[in-house]
Amino acid sequence: MKKKGVDFLLLLGSGLLVYCLIASLAWVGVIDEYYMQLLSVAGVYIIVALSLNLITGFTGQLALGHAGFMSIGAYTAAIFVMRASLPLLPSVLLGGLVSAVFGFAIGFPTLRLRGDYLAITTLGFGEIIRVVLNNLEGLTGGSAGLQGIPSFSDTGNYTLDAIIKFSWIFAFFVATVATISNLIRSSPGRVIVSVREDEIASTSMGNDVTRYKMIAFTVSAFFAGIGGGLFSALIGYLNPSDFNFLYSVNFVVIAVLGGLGSLTGTVLGGLVFTFAQEWLRVLGDFRLVVFGLLLILLMIFWQSGIMGNKELSITGLVRRIFRKGGRAQ
Amino acid sequence: MVFLQQLVNGISLGSVYSLIAIGYTMVYGIVKLINFAHGDILMIGAFCGYYAFLWAQGSASPVLAVAFAFLLAMAISALVGVIIEKTCYKPLRNAPRINALITAIGVSIVLENGARVIPFMGPNPRQVSIPEAFKGVFALGGLTISKVQVLTLATSLVLMVVLTAFVQLTRTGKAMRAVSHDMDAAQLMGISVNRIVSITFAIGAALGGAAGVLYAMNFPMINPYMGIMPGLKAFIAAVFGGIGSIPGAMIGGLVMGVAETLTKGFISSKLADAVAFGILIVILLVRPSGLLGKSAREKV
Amino acid sequence: MRNERRGFHMFKKSAVLLVILAFVVALLPACSATSNTIAIGTIMPISGPVSTYGIQSRDASQMAIDEINAAGGVLGKKLQLYVEDDEATPEKTVNAFTKLVTQHKIVALVGGLTSPCTLAIIADAQKRKVVLVTPSSTNDTVTDAGNFIFRACYNDSFQGQVMAKFAYQNLGAKTAAIIFDNTNDYSKGLKDSFTAAFTALGGTLVDTESYAKGDTDFNAQLTKIASNKPDVLFVPDYYSTVSLVAKQARTAGITVPMLGADGWDEIANNAGDEVDGCYYSNHYSPDANDQQVKDFVAAYKAKYNAEPNALAALAYDATYMIADAIKLAGSTDPDAIQAAMMKTNKKFVTGQISFNEKRNPVKSAVILELVKGDVANKPKVVYNTTVNP
Repeated sequence: MKKKGVDFLLLLGSGLLVYCLIASLAWVGVIDEYYMQLLSVAGVYIIVALSLNLITGFTGQLALGHAGFMSIGAYTAAIFVMRASLPLLPSVLLGGLVSAVFGFAIGFPTLRLRGDYLAITTLGFGEIIRVVLNNLEGLTGGSAGLQGIPSFSDTGNYTLDAIIKFSWIFAFFVATVATISNLIRSSPGRVIVSVREDEIASTSMGNDVTRYKMIAFTVSAFFAGIGGGLFSALIGYLNPSDFNFLYSVNFVVIAVLGGLGSLTGTVLGGLVFTFAQEWLRVLGDFRLVVFGLLLILLMIFWQSGIMGNKELSITGLVRRIFRKGGRAQ
Repeated sequence: MVFLQQLVNGISLGSVYSLIAIGYTMVYGIVKLINFAHGDILMIGAFCGYYAFLWAQGSASPVLAVAFAFLLAMAISALVGVIIEKTCYKPLRNAPRINALITAIGVSIVLENGARVIPFMGPNPRQVSIPEAFKGVFALGGLTISKVQVLTLATSLVLMVVLTAFVQLTRTGKAMRAVSHDMDAAQLMGISVNRIVSITFAIGAALGGAAGVLYAMNFPMINPYMGIMPGLKAFIAAVFGGIGSIPGAMIGGLVMGVAETLTKGFISSKLADAVAFGILIVILLVRPSGLLGKSAREKV
Repeated sequence: MRNERRGFHMFKKSAVLLVILAFVVALLPACSATSNTIAIGTIMPISGPVSTYGIQSRDASQMAIDEINAAGGVLGKKLQLYVEDDEATPEKTVNAFTKLVTQHKIVALVGGLTSPCTLAIIADAQKRKVVLVTPSSTNDTVTDAGNFIFRACYNDSFQGQVMAKFAYQNLGAKTAAIIFDNTNDYSKGLKDSFTAAFTALGGTLVDTESYAKGDTDFNAQLTKIASNKPDVLFVPDYYSTVSLVAKQARTAGITVPMLGADGWDEIANNAGDEVDGCYYSNHYSPDANDQQVKDFVAAYKAKYNAEPNALAALAYDATYMIADAIKLAGSTDPDAIQAAMMKTNKKFVTGQISFNEKRNPVKSAVILELVKGDVANKPKVVYNTTVNP
């Protein structure tokens, strides 16, 4: 128990260290605005991928419509900021909340299904959300999209704005990891993981499996909505057609790449994914072929992803580095 | 009169979905895998049809041209289907469902974007030159139905009958049913599961390829992304009719087509896609095994 | 066996370490324009669903830059074109724009291609005082973002008005129907402006039907339209979809002329008899006896071995507009370039262009007609009339 507490503090500390490092490097200009933008985008992707990992990696239910929840959060936040003149923080939180409500409503009928059918149904809901958002022109702007969404700050100093933008996203990222991590380690979390391991056994142990699936799904939708709200301020423009099935697949790829069932894995997967997308752009249209091949090869040869289902533990890392060779593991 | 014409429109569209759904349901029934790439097999079949019609342009007999198109499409699609199965799906036969599903998505992405970069396929849309004899319409009473639509409906009915007979009456068909029922038991009874799965994929893909030719004849503008939506809607049709049931896929396709058309014609054309997915959700909630499917009990 | 596992484990760890190292290396800032070049940016979809338009636009811009540099450059310096691919996704357009202004310090931008992509970056372009000329985004609100945002093509209102006027006055249509793509802002914008203009002239919209991007079956909508018997049918979409709509419209018994906008460009190669007797507006007539058009087409064909489409011509003009403005301004000061842009009044490939107070081009539209060609089932494009603003 004590070791876990130390682990957690160490992780928090190293997170703060990373933040300070990035912020100061940005301030002196070593990391330029473009890379700060990419890091911010990666941060948003990681938040949504973490939410997906909760339902897919930890609960074992493949969800293919998370772009829908993200878009609900994004539009909600944007509309509150622009129409109701609400500040950004409550708008983003409202985005998460509205998304969670939809998660609850959608989860209710969907979570009774299994495996393939559940996946296809989430895909279906993702598409329905997209069609509805496109048709609610008065609210969302329809196919022209929603433009001119205010960013996190406008100080006049571009570098400062970039750092503030990153700070917001980093803060929410920490909150997301902390919440999901705590959920997993709690007793509801144990039931959630047991659903992934063997749903029937879990039911016969007396667990109300549907209730816990609902909890996971609703929390997942909440954080996807938070990610969406942050996205709207980050990009400043929303269009329903961008939140399509392929966009949902991006988050599945990140979660799988990092390791379903590992939160640190998702973080690494998100970073690799965002930056790889930029670098591989030189491949032109081949890039998407590579993307598809990556999915296939990952699934056949490297099912566990970068971190498998382990988490990064600082004490473990230190111990591994300082262990002299010889004693085989 | 408008209503009857819309009904005709719906049945024609529906028969296209049926054709695609039959291939889908066959594969799912046996391997329990949503082959996301099925829509892209449709696309490959369509491109085969495009080239077949291009090469056959001078020929005198339109029926021969169409037959050639079907043969080429079915052969190449079957080949592609078997290759995909052996390289991507077979290694995952005993893996968790999620892995196989994600792989299927990956295969779909590779096929679509691969077609975009291959010079003789993508990325621009191509116009298909259908033989002259198949252009034009039949006018019966105040209703119009195009010749290609009649061909599509006829082909899907014929294929449904042939396939059902194959699955019910032949030995291979019996083996397929056995594998679908219990893969391990079938293997223990001496059935070569690998062979049966390959045959299933080959037939399913061939059907997809044939559907692609007819799709290209109905909608003669083909492009590498053309298979995505029809594939999804056909899957919904297969689920509606009862996954694994071939007559069910036929009925499901027709229902999807009519529902979609009547929605566009009488309610609102803006919500057509949402209605399609809505049908899926409703059927899964009310009767998950579909219209003609059997409810499967999960064994521990 | 344990050694193998350890080997793979080591491989995984070193792979991850390599990736992290790559990040660190990549974080070093890239090189930007040297002091004797002027940086111009272009953001186009080089990959993705509309890449054919993006690639042509980029190539045309590059050709313009090469011509300008061969003729001595601008202000004694060479122009340098920095190309970024946004895959026609607004999110990526924002990243691309940030990269161009941060790492290459561009003074002007030719882009984006689609309206959503352009809409995503206009606020930032205005804030940073980067002159943005979009060659092909037609959404009306694009130029509303501020005085640094210019447009080289018509906006939706203008084209919709042009076709509505043509239908009412030239074709004598009293009733019209529209079938459009509800998920595409271009199609929807044209439908809105056609509707407004046609009804203002005194006509009646008897039916308006929609479909979604990627749809191929329009029989339901067309059967409904046929039963309402319009005098014309407006189909504001791209040629590949229009080809399908037109065929099914004829099958549904719609015999009246169909009208379109610049998205119909290239329809003649992708449709048959069904589009005989149809009309569409375009930026210029490719068979014009205009020497400038001929020179452009010949030069493009020689350099890239392909026929340029209208968007290529627009990107070419947009690049020249920027270069001319910098020359006129005499410096790369943002406000000076902006003021010089407003003074644009010259004959470009796509016509005699000047900007109105909203920075939209004041230029004429060309209406083209499709007639029976010499080869069976291959329509021919002929010039019909010019409509002045």
